[in-house]
Amino acid sequence: MEIVIETPNSPRKRKGANWEKYGWMYMRISGAVLIVLIFGHLIVNLWDKGVGAIDFAFVAGKWTNPFWQVWDVLMLWLAMIHGTNGMRTITNDYAEKEWVRKTLNVSLWVVCAALIILGTLVATTFDPCIDPNAVNYLPTVCK
Amino acid sequence: MAKLPAGTLYRGKVGMWSWVLHRITGVAIFFFLLVHILDTSLVRVDPEAYNSVMATYKTVIIGFGELGLVAAILFHAFNGVRIILIDFWRKGFKYQNLMFWIVVAIAFILFAGFAPRHLMHVFSYNH
Ligand code: HEM
Repeated sequence: MEIVIETPNSPRKRKGANWEKYGWMYMRISGAVLIVLIFGHLIVNLWDKGVGAIDFAFVAGKWTNPFWQVWDVLMLWLAMIHGTNGMRTITNDYAEKEWVRKTLNVSLWVVCAALIILGTLVATTFDPCIDPNAVNYLPTVCK
Repeated sequence: MAKLPAGTLYRGKVGMWSWVLHRITGVAIFFFLLVHILDTSLVRVDPEAYNSVMATYKTVIIGFGELGLVAAILFHAFNGVRIILIDFWRKGFKYQNLMFWIVVAIAFILFAGFAPRHLMHVFSYNH
């Protein structure tokens, strides 16, 4: 198959919304926001007290605070869509058969949607009191 | 890649290697994120199950994996800024080569600050 590549800066001829352009913008805007969200996440979870301190009580301490729930849900959505759209770029580059490319891309977005829904539900419906010990470290929340 | 492209834009210089690294780190972070959402979801199911999965994150071997993950994120994040500057800053293209080495330097300095502290956390946990 002969591939014809248009002059890179030639104006777009197709009509309608330019989704590739919005995707391109999204990668850059979400990337900029993710720097703040991911670096903050790593500083609080990995740098401050270290991996050794991460357990259910640690998560309960963060997710009884709406600030960290909003932080984490925002990070989840931005990173999953950024990562999935980046993976789509890569499958578009390497998948040679059209049906392979389509199947991979549809799978990517299905996984993306499933994990965004799962993660959002987990973070927003989190209940620290399912831990019987929670009365000890969250006496005002769990009685 | 089965066929060689007829003419290649990337000829083994900084422009190509930064792109290769950006792609590899992006994929690595993506797959970690999939696992990370699933393991975190255990907090909604069972505190003990969550704690036992977290215990594997605290082992020495996975501790070194976390160093790799942080290195990948540092490079991807700062090289992402470099890409944004190349696209939106008028002089970005002119300085793309210099900016790559600045990215490497910043990522390296932050990594050098993080790695000993992280290893201390990991080894003191496993004492
Ligand atoms: C820390 C902040 C981040 C910044 C500043 C950032 C920035 C960028 C930029 C500017 C691009 C290029 C998009 C393009 O060429 O059109 C990109 C691509 C990509 N990013 Fe990120 N990103 C970040 C975090 C992440 C995360 C958390 C993931 C994984 C979930 C990820 C996965 C990817 C992938 C897979 C690509 C596609 C690579 C390619 O096309 O070769 N990035 N990123």
